[in-house]
Amino acid sequence: MAKIKFKTQEGQIISTEGSKGSLMELARDNNVKGIDGDCGGVCSCATCHVHISAEDVDKFPAANEIEKDMLEFEDNTTEYSRLACQLEIKESLDGITLTVAN
Amino acid sequence: MDKSRIDDPFEQAREDRGYEHIPDQDDPVVMMLRHKDVRKCAHQWKVFQSGAQPGRIVIPSEVNIRDTRQIPFEVDPPEHAEYRGLIEEWFRRPLKLQYEEQLKAIIDLIIYEALEKDSIEVVEQFALPLQSRALTLLLNIPQKESEVWIDWGTHVFRSDDTKLDASKANILYDYIDTQIDKAVARPGEDLYSILLNSDYQGRKLTKEEVKGVMILTFAGGRDTVINYVTNTIAYLADHPEALRRMKEEPEIVNTAVEELVRYFSPLTHMGRVATEATEICKHAIPKDSRISLGWASANRDASVFENPNEVILDRKINPHVAFGFGIHKCLGATHARQLMKVLLRSLTEKVDSIEVKGTKENIEDWGDIQRKVGYDSINVVFNKL
Repeated sequence: MAKIKFKTQEGQIISTEGSKGSLMELARDNNVKGIDGDCGGVCSCATCHVHISAEDVDKFPAANEIEKDMLEFEDNTTEYSRLACQLEIKESLDGITLTVAN
Repeated sequence: MDKSRIDDPFEQAREDRGYEHIPDQDDPVVMMLRHKDVRKCAHQWKVFQSGAQPGRIVIPSEVNIRDTRQIPFEVDPPEHAEYRGLIEEWFRRPLKLQYEEQLKAIIDLIIYEALEKDSIEVVEQFALPLQSRALTLLLNIPQKESEVWIDWGTHVFRSDDTKLDASKANILYDYIDTQIDKAVARPGEDLYSILLNSDYQGRKLTKEEVKGVMILTFAGGRDTVINYVTNTIAYLADHPEALRRMKEEPEIVNTAVEELVRYFSPLTHMGRVATEATEICKHAIPKDSRISLGWASANRDASVFENPNEVILDRKINPHVAFGFGIHKCLGATHARQLMKVLLRSLTEKVDSIEVKGTKENIEDWGDIQRKVGYDSINVVFNKL
């Protein structure tokens, strides 16, 4: 079980807990505003765009080419951008905070 | 059996040069074919605008049959975001449980009726009533109203270049005018009334703006949904193992929906107008000329999709552009996806197999390119589970 916080663009902090599935599913199931996950997690819609804190970057595997391509044409993309549907919940993520990009 | 196969007629041109010339009336189009270029051009809304003359970004062009601007579809930022913001939440209602249950009741009944008949013609007797009845949910109006739309048949909205007929288009436009006037007289909880009561830049939306949203809602989700549903039935007829697999592994329905919509790509492409002289794939695009974003071609790009011409129901990474891409991506996608999920689940619950008895394919004609997009008619027998 990992405790993960999502910070929305309006500054609201939503505390969640999860043990399996993707961070998109975790956010969607907890009604995090700005995470829609329209395509269900197949890397097609980019409605699960989050920013990772600089100190947490190493906790995630690097983005693949498809995810990078999707992010390239998104608004608010930074070097810390990821699509939450491509990020699996793991114990090692316990305590992190993700910022919703849109 | 491969009656349900949809070939990719763009492969050679996509790999050789990346674009295709599409003739259309007196306003030719350069269609972008590669996944990356399609997404890039969709992203560059300043260079490739949607807010041109109403009807011009549609292919075949509707400039001669339509004056009303479709909203937010034919509007660019910053106005686009404000218009879209007014209606985005409404178009996410399909995610609510009650909406899903009502949609399931509609779809269950249509499948039940199909199972009771000896054979049915899927376009007119299955896909059209399904699409029409489901649309009453999106508009939040009584289901009975769908009878009017079903009576129009499948060709009222079909902007087929040989049948680009103003009188047919006017059936829809006149109908919407009448419904708006009714909502003005007796406001309710329907989409017309919600729009009429929406604030835009410190004023209410005008009737013309409401009409622009409603034309988009009707026209955008008509042939596309009908083609999706019809192609799905044809696919499942050819692939009974897919029905069984989705019954045994219901968790793959989500990826199956995304994969089928990628493979079918019910909307082949959508136009844009260049606001400046530019170049794509080393091809000059003059100012005020048209390009199009080739969704169907991009969805078969082998540099992005492994085995692009195969339907892989559990395809995990599927960055398809069947619902478009960027700020103008399909507003009705939430409704469409919910409809597709409920349809697949309901079919797997009730149907053992589907037999195709006869088909007439619907082939789009884009100059040198012909693309199968669905069926004009397809007669089938549904067998009960």
